[in-house]
Amino acid sequence: MASIENISASTPARSTRPNWLVRDLVGLAVILVVAAIGYFLFPNNLALLTRILGVALLVLSIDLVTGFCGIATLGHAALFGAGAYASGIAAVHFGITDPLLMVVVGAVGGAVAGVVSGAVILRGHGLAQLVLSIAVVHLFHEAANKASAYTGGSDGLSGITPDPVFGIFAFDLWGRTAYGFAVALVVITFIVLRLITRSPFGMLCRGIKEDPIRIRAMGASVQGTLLKMYVISGAVAGTGGALNAISTQVVGLDSLSFTLSAEALVMLVLGGTGSLYGALIGTVSFMWFEDFVSAANPFHWLTIVGALLIAVVLFAPRGLYGTGLSFVERFRGNAK
Amino acid sequence: MPKASGLLLDHTMQTVLSVGIDALAYGMVLFVISIGLSVTMGLMRVVNLAHGAFAMIGGYIASYATQMLGFDYGVAILVAVVGTIIIAIPVERFLYRRIYGAPELTQVLMTIGITFCVIGIANYVFGPTLKTIPLPETLRGPVDLGFRSIAAHKLFAIACGVAVAAALWYLIERTSFGVKLRASVDNAAMAASLGVRTRIVYAVSFAVAVGLAAFGGIVGAELLPIEPYYALRYMVTFLVVVSVGGAGSIPGALLACLLLGAIDTTGRYLLPEYGEFFFYLAVIAIVCVFPRGLLGRSR
Repeated sequence: MASIENISASTPARSTRPNWLVRDLVGLAVILVVAAIGYFLFPNNLALLTRILGVALLVLSIDLVTGFCGIATLGHAALFGAGAYASGIAAVHFGITDPLLMVVVGAVGGAVAGVVSGAVILRGHGLAQLVLSIAVVHLFHEAANKASAYTGGSDGLSGITPDPVFGIFAFDLWGRTAYGFAVALVVITFIVLRLITRSPFGMLCRGIKEDPIRIRAMGASVQGTLLKMYVISGAVAGTGGALNAISTQVVGLDSLSFTLSAEALVMLVLGGTGSLYGALIGTVSFMWFEDFVSAANPFHWLTIVGALLIAVVLFAPRGLYGTGLSFVERFRGNAK
Repeated sequence: MPKASGLLLDHTMQTVLSVGIDALAYGMVLFVISIGLSVTMGLMRVVNLAHGAFAMIGGYIASYATQMLGFDYGVAILVAVVGTIIIAIPVERFLYRRIYGAPELTQVLMTIGITFCVIGIANYVFGPTLKTIPLPETLRGPVDLGFRSIAAHKLFAIACGVAVAAALWYLIERTSFGVKLRASVDNAAMAASLGVRTRIVYAVSFAVAVGLAAFGGIVGAELLPIEPYYALRYMVTFLVVVSVGGAGSIPGALLACLLLGAIDTTGRYLLPEYGEFFFYLAVIAIVCVFPRGLLGRSR
């Protein structure tokens, strides 16, 4: 029922093109303004802000498969870590230290990991799908641990020294360049994903989420479409991993962990699935909150996250963004 | 030369035997803990990631009862099982009941949330250190089986697994409650319209599942040590067992536990540097070939 209402509600918005264009431009402006505010409010904490942006790319990529295609996955850090290791190994072992090239290598690495894990995960449904995704991330983790000649094993891969961006902006000690680089990457990715999710392909993915049998009856390939989305998602997650590798100059095994996968999924649901803004809002609020509370006591942090999760599931199943949106709509309805 | 090869053969036999015993003990502990999860998942279709948390709670209560209150091992087991069920009842009533029939993502998040809460609280109350449950004299030493001696607690774990499997088989196949349970698993709506009070069936099987988890947590404390991150560390293992065996199938869960126990233990003995690589590779292979689990029924 909810889906039918959703579609009918969004139809008028799509028929008048300038409306959504204006809305997207406003959204983009809001992102840039928030990024600038972050820069001026926390000039000594830019490393944290950069890390948030890297994880935001991971959460966006989970949103692509979970929010838009309805695939429940607890193993998406495999793609993030694959991108991070791909760009890190390219820099350390093959001398590719141009940051833009490293991002491309990371995106390709993530996309390849997306093909592999998508091919495995899409074979199952429900519980089997969840277990397959968990098994995939553990498999990647153990493989990276074993291949310590390339990945540094449990010590992590260090010695990544990226060149200046465009040969001009060197990565400084305060992380200003890294932050600017990260904001640019997130904004570009956001625009690309906005176009993809609005394209016929994005609509097809939403259709598969609602009713795969009907989509198959229409003559579209369900598995092929989902695998394509998995590859796109892998490229986005790999970009996030590469950004993380470039800004921290080290890649650890924790970037391939089940914990990171689960946390990223929690961030997505906190913000709200099925919307790119929700993914960004969820990441920023979760990680800022984590930094704030875990400085006080790491164990209370777990208790609070647990309670927060239960509260979101019970009282705000559409996440912060979805709940805020419906609140605004109700307010507007009353005003009329 | 013949003597040397005979020694080698003897050594191989010894290794095979000790790997076999370890695998069997580990598999049986897995079985006792995860069989409850399998039954409730088959019955209520809830992806319950917090199941390991109940095993951990059982272990903590038993440890507290033996160490601080000086209870007997047997009494401590009883206290811990009952205590865990008492803790679980309000959790089921107020949290789980809201996610029956919800999408998987919702269930995963809710139960991960419960797990995080339990870890945080356990850490706060009992501290981050490892907790032991001292074994009674009779289970402490090795037992001589004639051809070799085996740690008594491993034999005890194996015996517990066999006993739980037999008791569950009797409960489900031979009692009237078992008939109602099987009817509810097959078709809850039809069972309800025939007069089975499915809500009570759900509540009782949830309590039994939690009690078995607590029991398994205590019996397996030597193999899966009790510490705050227990619930997170083995969460995946229990879920994997259910998925490989097929949700709701007792023989499936038993088969899965023995198989996965054997793969995991053999991997640890022979190729320790690969960690759990082969374990998860096997899981992917099995789940890809049998998406419903080894003995799960197609729906």
